[in-house]
Amino acid sequence: MRFETTIGLEIHVELSTASKMFCGCSALFGGEPNTHTCPGCLGHPGSLPVTNRQAVAYGIMLALALNCEIAPRSIFHRKNYFYPDMPKNYQISQYDVPLSSGGSLEIDMGDYIRRVGITRVHLEEDTGKSIHVGESGRIHGADFSLEDFNRAGIPLAEIVTEPHLKSPEEARVFLQSLRSIIIYLGISDCKMEEGSLRCDANISISADERIGTKVEVKNMNSFKSLYRALVFEEERQRSLLQEGKTIVQETRHWDESNGVAIPMRTKEEAFDYRYFPEPDLVPLELDPTWVEEIRKKIPELPAAKLERFQSQYSLPQDVAMVLVGEEEMADFFERSADSKASPVEIGKWMVGDISAILNEKGISIKEAPISPQMLGELVLLLEERTISSKMAKEVLLEVFETGKSPRSIVEEKNLLQITDEKELEKIIDEVMAENSKAVDDFRSGKEQALKFLIGNVMKKTRGKANPSLVSDMVRRKLSS
Amino acid sequence: MDFKNKLIRKSALELAKLIATGELSAEEVTSAFLERIEEAEPRLHAFINLFPDFAFEEVSRMEARFQKDGENTPFAGVPVAVKDDLSTKELLTTCGSKMLENFVPVYDATVVKKVKDAGVVLLGKTNMDEFAAGSSTETSYFGPTMNPWDTSRVPGGSSGGSAAAVASYEVPWAIGSDTGGSIRQPASFCGIVGMKPTYGLVSRYGLTAFASSLDQVGPMARNVKDCAAMLGVIAGHDSLDGTSIQVEIPGYSGMLGGNVKGVKVGVVKELAGESIEAGVLDLFNRSLDLLEGLGACVEEVSLPSLKYALSVYSIIASAEASSNLARYDGVRYGFRTDEPVEDVWEMYAKTRAEGFGMEVKRRIMLGTYVLSAGHYDQYYSKAQMIRTLIAEDFSSAWEKCDLLVSPTSPTTAFQLGEKLVDPLKMYMADMCTIPVNLAGIPAISIPCGLSDGLPVGFQIMGPPLGELKVLDVAYAMEGAIGFEEKTAEKVLPS
Ligand SMILES: [Zn+2]
Repeated sequence: MRFETTIGLEIHVELSTASKMFCGCSALFGGEPNTHTCPGCLGHPGSLPVTNRQAVAYGIMLALALNCEIAPRSIFHRKNYFYPDMPKNYQISQYDVPLSSGGSLEIDMGDYIRRVGITRVHLEEDTGKSIHVGESGRIHGADFSLEDFNRAGIPLAEIVTEPHLKSPEEARVFLQSLRSIIIYLGISDCKMEEGSLRCDANISISADERIGTKVEVKNMNSFKSLYRALVFEEERQRSLLQEGKTIVQETRHWDESNGVAIPMRTKEEAFDYRYFPEPDLVPLELDPTWVEEIRKKIPELPAAKLERFQSQYSLPQDVAMVLVGEEEMADFFERSADSKASPVEIGKWMVGDISAILNEKGISIKEAPISPQMLGELVLLLEERTISSKMAKEVLLEVFETGKSPRSIVEEKNLLQITDEKELEKIIDEVMAENSKAVDDFRSGKEQALKFLIGNVMKKTRGKANPSLVSDMVRRKLSS
Repeated sequence: MDFKNKLIRKSALELAKLIATGELSAEEVTSAFLERIEEAEPRLHAFINLFPDFAFEEVSRMEARFQKDGENTPFAGVPVAVKDDLSTKELLTTCGSKMLENFVPVYDATVVKKVKDAGVVLLGKTNMDEFAAGSSTETSYFGPTMNPWDTSRVPGGSSGGSAAAVASYEVPWAIGSDTGGSIRQPASFCGIVGMKPTYGLVSRYGLTAFASSLDQVGPMARNVKDCAAMLGVIAGHDSLDGTSIQVEIPGYSGMLGGNVKGVKVGVVKELAGESIEAGVLDLFNRSLDLLEGLGACVEEVSLPSLKYALSVYSIIASAEASSNLARYDGVRYGFRTDEPVEDVWEMYAKTRAEGFGMEVKRRIMLGTYVLSAGHYDQYYSKAQMIRTLIAEDFSSAWEKCDLLVSPTSPTTAFQLGEKLVDPLKMYMADMCTIPVNLAGIPAISIPCGLSDGLPVGFQIMGPPLGELKVLDVAYAMEGAIGFEEKTAEKVLPS
């Protein structure tokens, strides 16, 4: 049988506005439970929603970045269902007249580009957070549940893709590319572990071109778990099809610790959300000049930056991709490349040693004690042959330890390479005088004696001499 | 007549003046009305909760405030009653439901805040149909309110408590809310003035929603001028209500001239036909003659789509109500079942089964049904289309008429229990008032006489934001009809 996988994603992003979507409460993550609340986001009788203009601006910005059409007039609907983390037992969302639609995002899969259609980007409010106490850890079978409404009402942008993704890997790359764009836009911190970026997936497998049955998978809390869940589901559906069985249209819950997607509900059990236009809000009518103002505020996005890094700085593609992948890294690189040092070398250091140290310390470049100027200085010291690359690595570690500039570390530790030929000559003369046997050996044709002499010069300079310079000078002296 | 009985007969504006000039103290006024309430309540049950201590505290707070700032407002010290679906900070707000029997809000509705800022003193919260679902105040969890004109009859609803309190001189004026006639129909049954303003003129922030696109807060009083004055207090843009409109608020009560000459008045054919009780129709027609006598041009107009108004209203109001009432689930506040439960779903079911009354459940079920997959297009969407047609019918009527008129209700106050068993008959009590809410326009009900000893209401409807014109014609008619004396004769002990 020939199988083809089709995946569509539904992504929720918490927008980092100061206040919530429909009330004035703080939209900051965390806080003591139920302290960022008011009659509005607790669903008290008589409270009313008022749309947060900043959230709308962020939504528009995201939609534009994903090449969507902005609807001049869109409508908020009520999505009705009972759940204890929903204070009103309906969620204000958008339904058949969303903020935007018809966009696309191209993702770079290395050897090919995949163009993924964006069905829509719309706005809605987040729910509260439930903690289910009991063995099941879920609402079913819980002894009791605790509710924190700090999150209730935080603005969400929902991004729905067309089913254009063909593999779990494409889904993962798509989500990473999207995350990178959102961070560039500065409209969300996109922390999957804190839930500010959440992703549900629809996956179906066609066998010999017979259209597959869609299964929804929820509760993936990292890029890795999105990938794993989709691989799991792909395998499960494939083997069912191979056995000639049918796929049930259903929603499954990804259980990360056990690595399985468990059935949650079938199509028949699906909620009837009874959507209807939210009567407490007038339609969202957008002034086109405002939309244009927002468009102008969109910064250079990852794809454009990648191209520019390669042309402007001659960066190899793999280095440029890593740098562009994290906006902070890209910014750091550009500020560092402002120095006299070679941008290609700077790029390599960032992707290599610096990334390794950051990973090890579990910090971001922004939190690191190194500044772009320091990195420029380090690379310059290396290029001027003031220090060796082995020393440069030590200096870098020292920078991370002390936060001091590379030049001052080098000076303090007296690590400057001895590049002064007169000083070197003096030391070489001493070594040659002390090791006349080796000198003789070399002259009589024993090439190995040269290495011995160079080694002694390096020892005497405590490694500060430039090895290739020493080699040249010793050879010159011996043959004179 | 003793001091108290003389005092409580005063209008709100008269009281305000007497307090401002020092002839009466706010404390005296508060005491007199509380005394009247104590005397009348056993017969009427207009209030769910009374707050005498709060009222006196409010009086001293207000006096201190005015002494300190030298600030004054025209209505300082005048008592008011507020319907129990408006949020009052630190004061029980039950919405007439077991669900919120012990619910104490943490904030004041914008209307309540405005009333307090004006120095008006809240004495208590008035009875209402549970969550405003009803037309007789009989569905209140706390028991019905009786009509002051005949205590075997209903006061109308859902703002029946406010209407009865005003009619029986327990307060000079009150605040109600009107979704399909809930201010005007009880005003009509109790022989007082009640107004539903243009949708969006008065903030809904803090008004417990029944049907959000239809609800509007409004004033109730014994005369048009007081009604206009209270409208002036509560109207105005509110940034906390996304449907609030931005408009300059005229000083309504000071602008009433009572000039009707040349005003083109349309009699709505669909609301003044055979479905109206004979006695009511007779008084309505006599009022039309009176209007003509005052110089108005009266002609009949037809708004054909109004024949669907009641059906459209049932669908839209119940759809919105089913969603608005979903938040009463026992999770965060209000009533929660005492029964043992297996899980949260059972807790919801038992809480809502025990906490809501029959009529509320009926509307939730109806609303849930019309919004359900497979029924939405057939009911909700069609109802919205017809609602647009109704609004268009009104729009074209304004091309020919300055105002439209009809009886407020097809009948006078009916017997307690009479229609409770027949919801369809009960809904008919609002047939003349419902179109106004669907179109979002302002309308007033003023008493136009007695039929078999019971008050009859005359409804005047105006174009959007036509409050002043509506009030002015009402003011002129009120002068010509001279109804208020009848109220005192009937309702007050001599
Ligand atoms: Zn809030």
